[in-house]
Amino acid sequence: MKVLVCLKQILDPDVPARDFQIDSAAKAARRGGANLVTNIFCENAVETALQFREAAGGDVKITALCYGESSAEDCLRKAMAMTVDEACLVERDGNTNPDAEAVGRVLAAAIQRLEQDGGPFDAVLVGRESGDWGVGQTGGLLAEELGRPALGFVESLQPGNGSVTLRRQTDVGIEVAEAEPPFLVTITNNEDNVPRIPKTRDVMMSYRKPLQKLSLADLELDSEEIRTGSSIFEVDEIFIPADEVECELAEGDTLDERVDQLARRIHEVVASIG
Amino acid sequence: MANVAVCVLGSLGYDRAAQGAAGAGRALAESLGGELHVLVIGPAGDEAIAALATVADRVVIGSNEALRDYQPEQALQAAEQLHAAGGGDYVAVLLSNDTYSQEIAPRLAHRLGGSSMADAAAIRMDGDHLLAQRTAYGGKAISIYRLKKQPAVVWLRARGFEPAPEQASPGDVTTVDLALDPPRIRITGREVAAQEGVRLEDAQVIVSGGRGLGGPEPFQELKKLADAIGAEQGASRAACDAGWVPPNWQVGQTGKKVAPELYIAIAISGASQHLLGMGDSKVVAAINTDADAPIFKHCSFGIVEDYKQVVPLLTDKLQAMTG
Ligand SMILES: Cc1cc2nc3c(=O)[nH]c(=O)nc-3n(C[C@H](O)[C@H](O)[C@H](O)COP(=O)(O)OP(=O)(O)OC[C@H]3O[C@@H](n4cnc5c(N)ncnc54)[C@H](O)[C@@H]3O)c2cc1C
Repeated sequence: MKVLVCLKQILDPDVPARDFQIDSAAKAARRGGANLVTNIFCENAVETALQFREAAGGDVKITALCYGESSAEDCLRKAMAMTVDEACLVERDGNTNPDAEAVGRVLAAAIQRLEQDGGPFDAVLVGRESGDWGVGQTGGLLAEELGRPALGFVESLQPGNGSVTLRRQTDVGIEVAEAEPPFLVTITNNEDNVPRIPKTRDVMMSYRKPLQKLSLADLELDSEEIRTGSSIFEVDEIFIPADEVECELAEGDTLDERVDQLARRIHEVVASIG
Repeated sequence: MANVAVCVLGSLGYDRAAQGAAGAGRALAESLGGELHVLVIGPAGDEAIAALATVADRVVIGSNEALRDYQPEQALQAAEQLHAAGGGDYVAVLLSNDTYSQEIAPRLAHRLGGSSMADAAAIRMDGDHLLAQRTAYGGKAISIYRLKKQPAVVWLRARGFEPAPEQASPGDVTTVDLALDPPRIRITGREVAAQEGVRLEDAQVIVSGGRGLGGPEPFQELKKLADAIGAEQGASRAACDAGWVPPNWQVGQTGKKVAPELYIAIAISGASQHLLGMGDSKVVAAINTDADAPIFKHCSFGIVEDYKQVVPLLTDKLQAMTG
């Protein structure tokens, strides 16, 4: 079987709020001293794919695909260090924030190109949303571009008999589904798909694994429309909300006094609900 | 015509989320001088249909036995056909924020040749474009997106919108038979988490625990506190990822968006992604050992102390007060 995982490189979402700044001309976050990292849900997707390969007894080839700047090579190397087999980077100019439609079209074209050369992917895995803009539309739009069925918020894939068993989270519990390849899933986090830390040896090995580079021209998508990527939406405005409030800390000489104060405040609110 | 459609799943009924989506739809339709239509995917109870008719100008129910049980491919196909049956020229198609609506929204937008957007907290028209306000960068920023193609297919942070007002006379209700293909992904089983009490999204009081609790057992301790004040329990992503509590306890950017009267955050640092899920709480209280934890910049009152010292004592005191 063949599995493809899409990755996005983003500004480290753990940047504390006090260091976070907006570049108002670019209508995006200012990079500042922040690192670029792989979006966490994409890493959950890599981990999910690796566990699927393990459960299938190894006969699964995993490809990582990214549409990003040249710096995104790091994300692909890291995925290969996590033991993904091969990678492909579709290079994008810096300085752009293409909408989900443009990204979906580029990823679909790249997937079709890779399939021409190496056969169809049974499953395409995409993170449910990114830690930067978090619009969460890429997976669904990519499924439509590819014309494949899709399921969202999946936490695991298990090999079945000609099909794949999916487990996914909904707002009221867990659902189990059977999927006939080829299909697409968006991946969410759970306790079992926390991304593994690559072993030193695998980090070394990752530099020997194939990383193919494609340009938009290679995919016959080198148009202004795709490069700017604002055919369905664009950011009109972005600002930092001013929402800090004054916190009243419990005071008193003894723990009992302080907790008593806290209890009174809580009781006050609860009693007012009636 | 400048009509607006709200797309609801019949099986979910006319709950608070659907009411909010309909309210947002009515306000948008009024700003356009158009009608509000409700497109219902699959059978819904008579009560829900009657309630929808009181707020909409038109209700179109898509009927097919297969829709009794949600299947994403079929729900999507149904939404596409309902869109055409309702008139097909909507400026916007709005959905609520249940899992099912979230997953079909972008795909529906693509099929209708429109724009898609997620988790909008406010919407309005600007000429032919819909503007959608939402959070970005894990809650550190607010962004306003311009949706350039119609229909704008948007799932909303639905409970944050006022319910739709009743109209003077009920809207037309029609049922259309839909033809659906067998799905290539089929949901075969559901394990609905045992839900004591109300949904987290509708809870008035929530007690949440984080990584600082250090394991699953302390959540039992928090349960006693929650019971003393009639609260539901929630958690941070770190606690869910550790497997201490089920994933549907998660509050935040990628968990539940809650808006209780009181939210008590225990051993939760207050990362922006967590704040994003509970920022609409009326009153927030925090228990944390670290006085510099960001949560203290987002709460009305709190205590800088080890939860182990505070929680049992607090529970006793609150039990005594509520008697
Ligand atoms: C794309 C993305 C989406 C995310 N979505 C979510 C989401 O939906 N929900 C969410 O919660 N997070 C989310 N996160 C994760 C988020 O960034 C934080 O990592 C997470 O919220 C931290 O959880 P925490 O506060 O429990 O843990 P920590 O940040 O580790 O905080 C633990 C706190 O416990 C305190 N503590 C320790 N011991 C004690 C004690 N004995 N008594 C009292 N206090 C103590 C510490 O002082 C600390 O403040 C997301 C992240 C990303 C990148």
